[in-house]
Amino acid sequence: MQPDLVVSHLVKDFGTFRAVDDVSFPVPKGSFFSILGPSGCGKTTLLRMIAGFEEQTGGTIEISGRDMRGVTPDKRPVNLVFQHLALFPMMDVAENIAFGLKRRKVSSAEIRRRTEEILERVDLPGYGAKRINQLSGGQKQRVAIARCLVLEPSLLLLDEPLGALDLKLREQMKVELKKLQAKIGTTFIYITHDQSEALVMSDTVAVMNRGRFEQVGTPQELYGDPHTPFVAGFVGDSNRWEGEVVEMDGETVLVRTDEDLVFRARRKADAGKGPATLFLRPEAMLIEPVDASGLNTFPVTVRAILFDGANSRLLTATPSGHELLVALPQNRAFDHIRPGADITLGWHPQSGIAFGRGEGRP
Amino acid sequence: MRRGGLFWLFLTPVLVWLFLLIVLPHLDLLILSFRADGAWSLENYGTFFTEPIYWLTFVRTAAYSVITTFLTLVVSLPVAFFITKLSRPGVRGFLMVLLLLPFWVSELVRVYGWMILLRESGVLNYFLLQLGLLEKPVEMLYNDATMIMGLVYTSMLFMVVPLVSVMEGLDDSLVEAAYDLGASKACIWRTIIIPHCKPGITSGSIVVFMLVLGNYLTPNLMGGKNSLWFTEQIYNQFIASFNWNQGAAFGFMLLVLSSLIIWLGLKITGQRLGEVAS
Repeated sequence: MQPDLVVSHLVKDFGTFRAVDDVSFPVPKGSFFSILGPSGCGKTTLLRMIAGFEEQTGGTIEISGRDMRGVTPDKRPVNLVFQHLALFPMMDVAENIAFGLKRRKVSSAEIRRRTEEILERVDLPGYGAKRINQLSGGQKQRVAIARCLVLEPSLLLLDEPLGALDLKLREQMKVELKKLQAKIGTTFIYITHDQSEALVMSDTVAVMNRGRFEQVGTPQELYGDPHTPFVAGFVGDSNRWEGEVVEMDGETVLVRTDEDLVFRARRKADAGKGPATLFLRPEAMLIEPVDASGLNTFPVTVRAILFDGANSRLLTATPSGHELLVALPQNRAFDHIRPGADITLGWHPQSGIAFGRGEGRP
Repeated sequence: MRRGGLFWLFLTPVLVWLFLLIVLPHLDLLILSFRADGAWSLENYGTFFTEPIYWLTFVRTAAYSVITTFLTLVVSLPVAFFITKLSRPGVRGFLMVLLLLPFWVSELVRVYGWMILLRESGVLNYFLLQLGLLEKPVEMLYNDATMIMGLVYTSMLFMVVPLVSVMEGLDDSLVEAAYDLGASKACIWRTIIIPHCKPGITSGSIVVFMLVLGNYLTPNLMGGKNSLWFTEQIYNQFIASFNWNQGAAFGFMLLVLSSLIIWLGLKITGQRLGEVAS
């Protein structure tokens, strides 16, 4: 099946600053594709180029097999849900949704039918006559999406639309957006700096940094098998050690950290002898492992208990003061741990990943 | 009780000011307008309707004031849009100063500037003759078009300033969203920018309309005898004919006219004066 969007070797320069640097990716029809990156990484520029608000310096954007160079935003088969939604305050909900259809000279009876239908689809039946300022944050969200979806675009672009919502609503909207996308089947391209939004909703996530894609993969791949130190550090929480590879075989390396702890860890392609960075997830560490054979073990002191329900952590420090976050399972087995206690941690060599620190790498 | 006292203390100067300088003279003029030959009479108002020259000037003034206000709006909208949305933030202040700068000079001097440019032996004619585009000089002053241009020029600032302040509140993403949903440039102006700017358009239009309707200098100097303005008729009654009673009646006709047209304008655009003023 033909992908809805094919981006190849896309480049965008602002003066001497390269905002998007040789980015290529396809987005298959009907998928939920996220672009995840810190602010200033070029993701908004990328999205604005797809929507047609910025002209690329080089490379091509093809939507449904058609090259989009020189096509203005009003003529592209894509629609954008803006960060602050950009609903028209001078119109009511129905007029907002009908805006695009009117521009296409659809008959008024047809407009009314399709507006009602799309309001039904986003679970806002009968809201047509409401003013925009009468809606709650989540309802505005759905109106903004309905306003785009009623035009049946090949692609729906979403520019961090959940950013302005409070935490509780954001959690709820994540699930709703995912369900809506599955129900409607339109291809979604979603940009965000919030890794949890990207991981929860997407089929595929691209991690972007300094204008480039660091890695494209399913959320599970990004979390379990990051290809670069940036992805390891940005997606999910990680503990980090600087050190040196002292010994290596095909799959694993022996790392001596700067504070003289020696660990065996999984080796990434470019890790050779020399300086290395080791990443370890908080949940990879076992507290007081019963069977320590084959595990890396080391002693730590508990500094604080960061209780957060199922997401509780221990803030611990190694004897030389390196702070580590350790997942604290809420199964009551560790209730006896108090701040100041000395405990042993253990982790499986497969859970830690060592990246070589070549020239120019942070 | 104390707060009430303070409130009246601050309000008193305003009320005294309004009463002494606006209400009292107007009451006097109102009485004057209903008096002729030492007795109460409607004669002054009668003259207005029976003499075609008076009511024709009146209608002309009203129509041209509306046209001038509309033209000022048409010219000011793109100017305000450019200042708020297209210019870089550093340049914005500079552009506003450029707009204000002509107003540091009195209206009289500015109008004389136009006259030097446009008169038969003026700068523009000189260049057109030199370039061979004209065979003999043309009088560009003393016609309706020149007068309206002069009025648009003198009142533009009072339209641009309220427009700039409402346009600053226009979220750029609304314009982009409309564009993204398939609207053309003209359609974006019609459906997004102008509805958003409505309060600024209304307040700017009211100010410009009143300034133009009550303007004496520009129509007198740039329009001359060919383009009579109603204020000139009032002036003639007071100063030339020394007929204060007739002049007062004309003055009240103008007041009624401006109130009526503004009321009509608000009615047509579905707005209320209180909303616009806030």
